[in-house]
Amino acid sequence: MTERISRDDVAHVAWLARLSLRADELERFTLQLGDVLDHAADVAALDLEGVPPTSHPYPVGNVLRADVPDGALDRAEVLAQAPETEEGQFRVPPVRGEAP
Amino acid sequence: MSDRPGSGADVIWAAGSPGLGAPADTEWEMVIGLEVHAELLTRSKLFSGSPNAFGGEPNTNIDPVCMGLPGTLPVLNRHAVELAIRVGLSLGSLVQPSVFARKNYFYPDMPKDYQISQYDRPINVGGSLELPTGKVIGIVRAHLEEDTGKTTHMGGAGRIDDAAYSLVDYNRAGVPLLEIVSYPDLRSPAEAREYVTELRSTLLAVGASDGKMEEGSLRVDANVSVRPVGAGEFGTRCEIKNVNSLRSLGRALEYEARRQIRMLSVGEPVTQQTRHWNEDTGRTSALRTKEEATDYRYFPEPDLVPLDPDPAWVERIRAELPLLPRERRHRLAGLIGEDPARVSLVTERGQDDLALAAIEAGAAPAAVLKHLEQNLADGSGELTADGLAELIGMEARGELTSNQVKDVLAEMVRTGESPATVARRAGFEAVAAGELAAVVDRIIAEHPEEWRRLCAGDGRERKKMQGFFTGQVMRATKGQANGRDVAALLADRAGS
Repeated sequence: MTERISRDDVAHVAWLARLSLRADELERFTLQLGDVLDHAADVAALDLEGVPPTSHPYPVGNVLRADVPDGALDRAEVLAQAPETEEGQFRVPPVRGEAP
Repeated sequence: MSDRPGSGADVIWAAGSPGLGAPADTEWEMVIGLEVHAELLTRSKLFSGSPNAFGGEPNTNIDPVCMGLPGTLPVLNRHAVELAIRVGLSLGSLVQPSVFARKNYFYPDMPKDYQISQYDRPINVGGSLELPTGKVIGIVRAHLEEDTGKTTHMGGAGRIDDAAYSLVDYNRAGVPLLEIVSYPDLRSPAEAREYVTELRSTLLAVGASDGKMEEGSLRVDANVSVRPVGAGEFGTRCEIKNVNSLRSLGRALEYEARRQIRMLSVGEPVTQQTRHWNEDTGRTSALRTKEEATDYRYFPEPDLVPLDPDPAWVERIRAELPLLPRERRHRLAGLIGEDPARVSLVTERGQDDLALAAIEAGAAPAAVLKHLEQNLADGSGELTADGLAELIGMEARGELTSNQVKDVLAEMVRTGESPATVARRAGFEAVAAGELAAVVDRIIAEHPEEWRRLCAGDGRERKKMQGFFTGQVMRATKGQANGRDVAALLADRAGS
């Protein structure tokens, strides 16, 4: 197998997804992600000249709805499901800078 | 300009630091590109049915989709697409088949942990915006995306980094936004303000947004770098956020440019980063080092199908577009024979239709422009084009003094009456020629010493005494004499 992805890249991707990986997991996922990328490389090796890129598997497009408000949820009911609320808002832990 | 796909301005800035350690007498140039986010004037959200409304109680305009509840699916709002197309066509963009994408990040302003945006296939690509000065600013793209919720940082004096906790209101989450990205074609804070003003006027003209910066329905992020005048490549840029008014935009750009020039002048490189403008301290501060677009792990939104507007729909939208601010400037300027920049004040106030009709009714274009600019700053009220044309005629024939014209005009704005009616009621009837001559002769007779000084005086003395006699005549006629007629009579009597 050629080196498709480095351990550092996998660690970075894990951090972006807020996953905490042990050293052995990092090793295993580096191999597994390498296999996935190998498969992608197989597809990329095909001659796709003239084949438009696909962003969606179904031959459907332009699904639109009319701009009509159809009501809102009951705030008390929604907030009742949140761990913490204050003044009609969701109370969340302090945000340190913006992700990623 | 690269054609590499990217998120907004990521595609257009070269790295590098020309000017590092530049000599102290280096002249610097600012390079500015703007990302303007405009909330679209729809009734419901971009992908769901809760109301798109500003100012409601927190979390009252929310629904299962914008709250990211499991099992919900977004469905695209047709009117939001139409408004995006209107703006694209106004900017001369290519309206193309587009794809929505997930922008993944962890931040409580979006309950889904991703924002639905457009990435490598935006609905509008290319285009330009012409400023009143005639300068043309390139547009990279104008894409659709959903707005985020609003977080309020509590404790620690409201600063993000010191907050004890945050409160989240999702009323804004899912409101349709159009992000309009310019090329880095702007060269000064004044030009940046002009660009935002012109873009805002365009958005208002096509009914796409209400453009209220103070309510956040129009938001501006500024990418700014500096380089020595004449340098070919761009410097390293910083992106400034939290600019909430045109005034802040100007101040933030000035500050940021000075900061970068100071660093480069002592040989310190500028770091590419996002900076936060603080209106109170008048400074920008580092918010975070600029992330890579890849860190957002964009991928096509599997819950939405591609958007490929029917060309007939696009053409119908094009046919229904109103005259744009640029077109209105050129129309009025062409008729008056002035530069478009000269008439922009009138078109910005929406008084160009009045101007065109008054000129059509026979008024002198220069006089129309003068009155609109100088005397109708607070609006034209009930004033009719015919009335304005008639008033300008009376002024030209000397039937009213310039002060009287102003008074009559103000009354016409209030009541919509004809100038003749207003002038008659106010007693502004021009002093008959013979009567005026008699008054002038009497005043000369009453002030022989002053008259001698006028006749014998040098230019300056003569001018001073002319002022004296004109004042006396005006007092005697209660201001109803025409200044030009008085001057002519004085000149005649002085034999000059």
